[in-house]
Amino acid sequence: MTELTEPLFKKAVVELLYQLADDDFILAYRGSEWLGLAPHIEEDVAFSSINQDTMGHAAMYYGLLEQLGEGDMDTLSHARGISERKNAVLLELPNGSGHYLKEPRYDWAFTVVRHFYYSHAKKVKLESLKHSSYEPLAHAAVKISMELYYHLMHWTVWFNQLMNAGGEAKRKMLEAISRVEQDFLDVCSLGPLSAEMASLKLIDGDDALMQAFHENMKPVFDALFIPYKGEFQQHSGKGRYGEHTQELHQALATLTEVYRTDPAAAW
Amino acid sequence: MIRLETDEEKHINFMERIYAGEKIEADDWMPDEYRNVLIKLISMHGISEIMGALPEKEWVPKAPTLKRKLGIMAKVQDEMGHGQLLLRVTEDLIKPLGKTREDIMEDLFNGKLKFHNVFHMEAPTWGDAGLIGWLIDGAAIITQTNMLNASYGPYARALKRICAEEVFHAQHGEAIILALAEGTDEQKRMVQQAVERWWEPLLMFFGPGDAKAVGTSKQDITAKYRIRSKSNEELRQDFFTKYVPRILSIGLTIPDPSMHYDQEQEKWIYQQPDWEKFKEIVRNKGPKSQERLRLRKLSYENNEWVREALARPNDAR
Ligand SMILES: [Fe+2]
Ligand SMILES: [Fe+2]
Repeated sequence: MTELTEPLFKKAVVELLYQLADDDFILAYRGSEWLGLAPHIEEDVAFSSINQDTMGHAAMYYGLLEQLGEGDMDTLSHARGISERKNAVLLELPNGSGHYLKEPRYDWAFTVVRHFYYSHAKKVKLESLKHSSYEPLAHAAVKISMELYYHLMHWTVWFNQLMNAGGEAKRKMLEAISRVEQDFLDVCSLGPLSAEMASLKLIDGDDALMQAFHENMKPVFDALFIPYKGEFQQHSGKGRYGEHTQELHQALATLTEVYRTDPAAAW
Repeated sequence: MIRLETDEEKHINFMERIYAGEKIEADDWMPDEYRNVLIKLISMHGISEIMGALPEKEWVPKAPTLKRKLGIMAKVQDEMGHGQLLLRVTEDLIKPLGKTREDIMEDLFNGKLKFHNVFHMEAPTWGDAGLIGWLIDGAAIITQTNMLNASYGPYARALKRICAEEVFHAQHGEAIILALAEGTDEQKRMVQQAVERWWEPLLMFFGPGDAKAVGTSKQDITAKYRIRSKSNEELRQDFFTKYVPRILSIGLTIPDPSMHYDQEQEKWIYQQPDWEKFKEIVRNKGPKSQERLRLRKLSYENNEWVREALARPNDAR
């Protein structure tokens, strides 16, 4: 069995954990900006619950990094600079125009599509991680999968409902799909150590993950009688390589505003 | 021979039922006055839960650690859940009047439906986020446990669930406040300033002591129908008894030098809040009233297409 004492193994585990943690951390934030603004109260309750779960998943991954001696989880989540962040760029993009406290004009179609695609990709990764050679990660994957099951169900209902509604809803959804696909490559990518992660059996490689993703998505589109192209691009920078947009800069400024006033204090 | 009951007889039966401790259910006959006071009370409570998430909204992402982020996320989710639960109770009450949730929202936007004075106020620091949980939720526990035995069954049952969750909110708030109160000078200052900002709104939260202060009061009607038992003033006194010693014990100062317990009168003596200001605040003229209403209104308009899509039967393809 591969050991943590092997430097490459540890390096690859750490790299992977940062991606997983940062993805959930930033998307939970984007989700939480919707608080009080969702299409109806019932959705506000359900969406808050999903965001809370997702932030909890981020905390689990940061916790695993803490155990590996990377620093404490609050420092990892709050003190790392923008170029150290490994989240997919798609997940840092804003929910729409405006600020979460001032004149938010958020796009529910974009939110549904982003969360629906992301939840599918997350599922594909978790299925693979359940067999990870790094056991703590395999355990975490089992726990997280149980909650993700409900998230996926939730976004599937929204996705189908709005696609089936036709008219303006469908037009907005199709627009959101093409927007999300423009930056979706990142979400399925494992970055510079992808090959090593696969050969060390931490997780399946990029190609296998992508193929599994297509296999999950195609039936959804078939059922809606919409051709599934599955051609993804990466227009706004490669998050796995530390490339990010100004949007992440602003998001981190908000997320760390209180923390930064005194990182050494007990809060 | 079958004779239909007159309204007067129905009314007498109704009062006998509630005085015998029976619960009234949504489909039971009830006097208009009872229905109306319930609608007013429960819709205001429900919409306050929802508007109450907005002062905390700012602090959800800004919470300083992962643990605090998770804690405040859980709390605001509960509050939204309370709002949902109470709106459903209200919906059943307004159904016979031909009204729906759309009307509740409409009333909120046009100012007919008011929300609690505390949720019109600013919450400019993390200290405020903690204080809201500790003392506002603490005050809410006091007013809501006072109605746990309400004669209207659906409300009493909703309150039971709500109060159980409110206890966690107060603990969450207290944990934030204790960390700050034991923290750096800057953190201590943050929490002291929050106490000063929230003291008057907290006193107002329980409502005026008698009808004279603001002109009208539904206190008498709710007592008559066994919806609540204690008066506004009694609840405010309970709050003092529970929280004044706690506030002082963690080194905080109450911004009212006259505040003390009078042994002879067996009550707390305190400076009355400005009830004229209270009237203005609940008329949506508080410091944050318009901004928060704007957020709700904007989301309502912005998601109109979603509500339309949901209302439309699927016309696939
Ligand atoms: Fe509540
Ligand atoms: Fe609460």
